[in-house]
Amino acid sequence: MGGLESPDYASHDSGAHEPHTPVFTGAAKRELDELITRYPKKMAALLPALWIVQRERGWVSDGGMAEVAELLELTPAYVKGVVTFYTMYHQHPVAKYFIQVCTTSPCGICGADDVVKSLLRHTNTGELGVPSPDGKFAVIEVECLGACGFATPIMINEEFIESVTPENVPAILARFA
Amino acid sequence: MGFPHESHQRETAVLSQHFGVAEARTLDGWKKRGGYQALEKALAMAPADIVTVIKDSGLRGRGGAGFPTGMKWSFMKPGDGKPHYLCCNADESEPGTFKDRELMRWTPHALVEGCAIGAYAIGAETAYVYIRGEFTEPLYFMEQAVKEAYAAGIIGKNAMGTGKRIDVHVHKGAGAYICGEETALMNSLEGRRGNPRIKPPFPAVSGLFGMPTTINNVETLIAAAPILMKGADWYKKMSLSNPKSTGTKLYSVCGNVQRPGTYEVVMGFPFREFLYDLCGGPVSGRKFKAVIPGGVSVPIQSMEEAEASLMDYEGFVEQGSMLGSGGVIVIDDAQSMVRVIARIARFFAHESCAQCTQCREGTAWATKILERIRDGQGAMEDLDTLMDISENMTGKTICVLSDSCATPIVSGIKKFRSEFESLIQGRMFHPVLAAVA
Ligand SMILES: Cc1cc2nc3c(=O)[nH]c(=O)nc-3n(C[C@H](O)[C@H](O)[C@H](O)COP(=O)(O)O)c2cc1C
Ligand code: SF4
Ligand code: FES
Repeated sequence: MGGLESPDYASHDSGAHEPHTPVFTGAAKRELDELITRYPKKMAALLPALWIVQRERGWVSDGGMAEVAELLELTPAYVKGVVTFYTMYHQHPVAKYFIQVCTTSPCGICGADDVVKSLLRHTNTGELGVPSPDGKFAVIEVECLGACGFATPIMINEEFIESVTPENVPAILARFA
Repeated sequence: MGFPHESHQRETAVLSQHFGVAEARTLDGWKKRGGYQALEKALAMAPADIVTVIKDSGLRGRGGAGFPTGMKWSFMKPGDGKPHYLCCNADESEPGTFKDRELMRWTPHALVEGCAIGAYAIGAETAYVYIRGEFTEPLYFMEQAVKEAYAAGIIGKNAMGTGKRIDVHVHKGAGAYICGEETALMNSLEGRRGNPRIKPPFPAVSGLFGMPTTINNVETLIAAAPILMKGADWYKKMSLSNPKSTGTKLYSVCGNVQRPGTYEVVMGFPFREFLYDLCGGPVSGRKFKAVIPGGVSVPIQSMEEAEASLMDYEGFVEQGSMLGSGGVIVIDDAQSMVRVIARIARFFAHESCAQCTQCREGTAWATKILERIRDGQGAMEDLDTLMDISENMTGKTICVLSDSCATPIVSGIKKFRSEFESLIQGRMFHPVLAAVA
């Protein structure tokens, strides 16, 4: 969004071209059916449905979008338009451990940039958005994570970690070896 | 309660009194602390009477704009034959703000209760709690609380055995600050891109799914329960300054300060004492330089302004800023204001939904110019250009994100002009020299 070009964090994983096997069978289908009952219109279950795709597959592929579109009676192009609006849906496969670091001003004045440097070094990624050689880690900067009093917060996949410093980075990463 | 620190004796912990107590998260623990008595009381009242109590209490919206809550609720016309909706705004993405996160992760049942009361008061059978996707912990505890409340029959098709239907659903956002804007939130909930809508029509006329809708902040809805239990007068009396600002307010404090955390004080509390006594003042060897009292969308205050402020809606305005979301960002003399402001502009450029030209182009250009100055490549004319761009970004767009980006730029250049000029003249910012100057 916005008028600034943002970096493309696409990984080079070939998984993007594999044929799509349906996500919404069995329990996931029942979960979606229940979600749809919460809203007067089916379309409102779109964000929740996309979350299920990402939970099951790690990212949201074109195939996943097409499947959701069919279930919610939308067009794939419409679904893609929604997916691209939101930063949390991965449109490419991402590293096994996807690390998001807040660098917005309140964290920035508490040393968030040094946390980023430390993470880039200790994950062996070296550069923002680029996966480590073993494909395990990738580090990106994100905007305020809503935990500014616990600078610097980071997210590793779904896990929220507070008060990260350049010094405690190695100990945190050790848990994701 | 200054969470995660010990509660300070000068705080008035109403909404935050159970922060840090894991037991309060469970239904049993919540009931033991008086939970759901307010909902029981509410369901025995006529909705219009609840609205009157909230009106009389003087409660104003805690999401940023400070609109009187009782009046907002009274816009919802009962018996119009249409479904009504309540949306709880738990998107909390305004940099500096993390109070709703604490409310949801420590007292999730308080929000379920607040949503149920609010929904009933406005004639809605359904409340949606829109929580930002990054809030994994609040999402987890809110989902647990909703599940427990359904299982106990507190909410659902026969809420507390009254025959009234009140559904509460948690809806997870997917990363977009703009979805905190109320009409963008409704679009997002409907399964659309989170673009703000042109107003009018206002949500109370045509909101979620085109139906009459009320949007309230987490803290606003949670405040309704104690007001119903203890009365409008009790709430109104919690004010040290003026009758237009009543009750307690949560402030999330961050930045260069000894004790960052979430504090709760009564309206009108002196900001100076708040910063130095409750929050512990600057870290050792440093001095405060500036404060942004209500999230990055409000004007930056000099220390003279901050220290003269009374903490309420009017008090912060008198001292050149706004109460906003209550996200207090404290900046000390080791920081470059240009750097701080440039990063704020980048935030808005990233979060602009891009449908208005002034906002899409203005946020991007302002960011580029500010970063150029930050990097020692600026020119004196840049300051005029920035003021010009800001002028064009104010009051001309569908929502106020554009204005919000201009606000710290304009206030920053006005109040800290010499820092911009030094960088432009090739004197790099030097914290030690700045501290002496
Ligand atoms: C760009 C933008 C972002 C906003 N973000 C939030 C938010 O995260 N949480 C919130 O409660 N209000 C936010 N607001 C304010 C809401 O639009 C709305 O005024 C508020 O939720 C109303 O609730 P209240 O009356 O209880 O304060 C935002 C407004 C704008 C323009
Ligand atoms: S002001 Fe900015 S964020 Fe708001 S609607 Fe316009 S482009 Fe979108
Ligand atoms: S600015 Fe980093 S969490 Fe808010």
